[in-house]
Amino acid sequence: MTDNLQLNAEGKLKHFLTIEGLDKTLLTEILDTAESFAGMSEHQVKKVPLLRGKTIVNLFFENSTRTRTTFELAATRLSADVINMNIATSATSKGESLLDTIRNLESMFVDMFVVRHALSGAAHFIAQQTAPHISVINAGDGQHAHPTQAMLDMFTIRQLKPDFSNLRVAIIGDILHSRVARSEIQALNTLGAAEVRVIASKTLLPAHVESLGVTVSHNLTEGLKDIDVVMMLRLQKERMTSALLPSESEYFKCFGLTEEKLKIAKPDAIVMHPGPINRGVEIDSKVADGPQSVILKQVSNGIAVRMAIMAMAMQTATHTVHGDRHAGSLPTSGIHTIPGDRHAGSLPACDIHTIPGDKGAV
Amino acid sequence: MMIRIDHGRIVDPANDIDRVDSVYIAGGKIVSVTDEPAGFKPDTVIDASDKIVCPGFIDLSTRLRDMGHSRKATFKSEVLAAAAAGVTTLCLQPDTAPVIDTPAVVELIKELAEKADYPQIYAVGALTQKLEGSELSSMLSLKQAGCIAVGNANEPVKNLLILRRAMEYAASHDLLLMFRPNDFDLGNNGCAHEGAVATRYGLPSIPEAAETIALAQCLELAELTGCRVHFGQLSCKRSVIKIHQAKKYGLKVSADVAIHQLHLTENDMKPFDSAYHVLPPLRTEDDKQYLRQGLAGGTINSICSDHQPHDLDAKLGAFPETEPGMSSLETLLPLMLKLVSQHAITLEQGIACLSANPARVLRLDSGALTPGFAADVCVFDPELEWQVNSVNWKSQGVNTPFWGQTLKGRVTHTLQAGKIIHRLIERG
Repeated sequence: MTDNLQLNAEGKLKHFLTIEGLDKTLLTEILDTAESFAGMSEHQVKKVPLLRGKTIVNLFFENSTRTRTTFELAATRLSADVINMNIATSATSKGESLLDTIRNLESMFVDMFVVRHALSGAAHFIAQQTAPHISVINAGDGQHAHPTQAMLDMFTIRQLKPDFSNLRVAIIGDILHSRVARSEIQALNTLGAAEVRVIASKTLLPAHVESLGVTVSHNLTEGLKDIDVVMMLRLQKERMTSALLPSESEYFKCFGLTEEKLKIAKPDAIVMHPGPINRGVEIDSKVADGPQSVILKQVSNGIAVRMAIMAMAMQTATHTVHGDRHAGSLPTSGIHTIPGDRHAGSLPACDIHTIPGDKGAV
Repeated sequence: MMIRIDHGRIVDPANDIDRVDSVYIAGGKIVSVTDEPAGFKPDTVIDASDKIVCPGFIDLSTRLRDMGHSRKATFKSEVLAAAAAGVTTLCLQPDTAPVIDTPAVVELIKELAEKADYPQIYAVGALTQKLEGSELSSMLSLKQAGCIAVGNANEPVKNLLILRRAMEYAASHDLLLMFRPNDFDLGNNGCAHEGAVATRYGLPSIPEAAETIALAQCLELAELTGCRVHFGQLSCKRSVIKIHQAKKYGLKVSADVAIHQLHLTENDMKPFDSAYHVLPPLRTEDDKQYLRQGLAGGTINSICSDHQPHDLDAKLGAFPETEPGMSSLETLLPLMLKLVSQHAITLEQGIACLSANPARVLRLDSGALTPGFAADVCVFDPELEWQVNSVNWKSQGVNTPFWGQTLKGRVTHTLQAGKIIHRLIERG
């Protein structure tokens, strides 16, 4: 079942709701576009005018700090106007339906919604219901998908291990409730990873988990063998009260990542975590802060990847990859502003231009 | 008032009739299906050439909404849908607003049915007060007011001691228990079958065990208490096996399946399309095949519509927060005929599952074209194709996954106690 809702008639990204139904070429295009944005953050002037005049609403029905902030930074760096709406404390608590909230915001001439919601399918629903000119980016819906997190993780992996076809990836923890896990699995399989392995107790694995295209292990020590990438998932405290796990300490004993256990994986394995981390529950501080950890790199990469996805969904992405796939490398051409162009949608498909005077540009 | 239905193929499973003949109706009753009675002067003659004439359908599980839920649908809107579907008798589940737990509500329902010109609506009384599963309802009073059975709709009776006592009490008054097996806790607020599709879409899910464990418990209590039990809306393979074993063992139980469970599976669900949100959830291909076999082999003896009309708002939202249920009266006949054309069951079996068998479950003198029975008759054209759209649709609820599809088989006439309550007006 493909999700054509996400693509326009030309097969270009219109909404970004889930990895499912997107092909390798498109995912690679996202990563390549992100790469062209990646170096920008280190410049003194960090903006490009790609989405100037566009209004983006961060519509968060669930609390989030990291995701919302990186989306906000990404939008700001694309020169869009950003409005943050914390609906958890706003309209729906007054009894307004999801659809009414969307309709009201549409009337304010919004161009894009970035949505996080506690229910699976919420972003799909909004994409189906919203006005045709509006793009919807899923920033996490229930237990379904968190596709931008998956793409920023793919980006981080590709920086360090460019060949996916040799890659063995372990995802450890609460797969059952994790939208991150579902999106990671789909992205890794689409990009051709050699193996995706999920490691958890049966209580934290969904039914027929193998149908997602993974191998299964219930034992961390066995499961970490030959692994190149160790992805830890956050353990929510409420799993203890709903009889899915006996205690945090027993969880740490079974599935907590320690330096010793990490040694079972390949020596150059990297450790990832979508955050926020529970030190001493799913991961030992020594590992989280250790040399193999790329957790903070994931956070900074989130900005570039979300810039790429937002720009592409608005049909304004420009391709500036010049054969160099390594982080921090800049497009070799000069970066200039585009005079007088107020409509990002009509930007020429050429190199990204920057604001004059940006010393770090060349 | 005398009516003659001519030239139709009469299919009457209870009387083992399948031949082209005429049906004679007088004074609201079937008079004959063979010879013309002496002095029979019909006021109306219905030409049923190339059509099938059969007993009117009896639906074991219907929601007509109204009262507290009148924005979803009303008796007036839904009886039109029932008549257009060939349904002449229906059982109203007790989860109305207010709940059917007092004789006054039963009276109110009778009144609404009379006003809607569709008297054959039978209320299923609540098994427990307010369906809360804690105190017994006044079952005898409900029976005396006209309730045809008792049940707890989709609400759980979590405490098995209370269920035992409710069943003993129902058995004391020879009341049928209509039971939709569902363990509330195992259901865990799920909205989809616990399988590959729910896993892929991250939907909270319901395992088969939520149904089969509740079913097994109720079977044990049926033996203990001697209560007659009809199991409604079964959805999975292991339920069919359990019912089969229980019948073989000698328990007086029966079962039905909702029509959509015989056609749709989890794989038919379009991503997050709330039209597919039903309870019990759509399960696997294997389950569907077993349900069909259960029907063919007689383990499951009835098909119900499980009609649940909704207003648009109820289905607008993220999938888990939408309300479950399909508007399914009007697709009942074409989907039954599809089972026949797919060789899952015979036409005779299909008609029996919609008439003679549910009549037997309810102990009604109905569901057959037997002389002396009320003239509840359905005449349908098995070849007539029609599109599910707003022109043809009568129910106020448009929540059906078959919307826009072209289906084959359409009711042309429905008679309830000798009164023509539906006549298909063909356009053009």
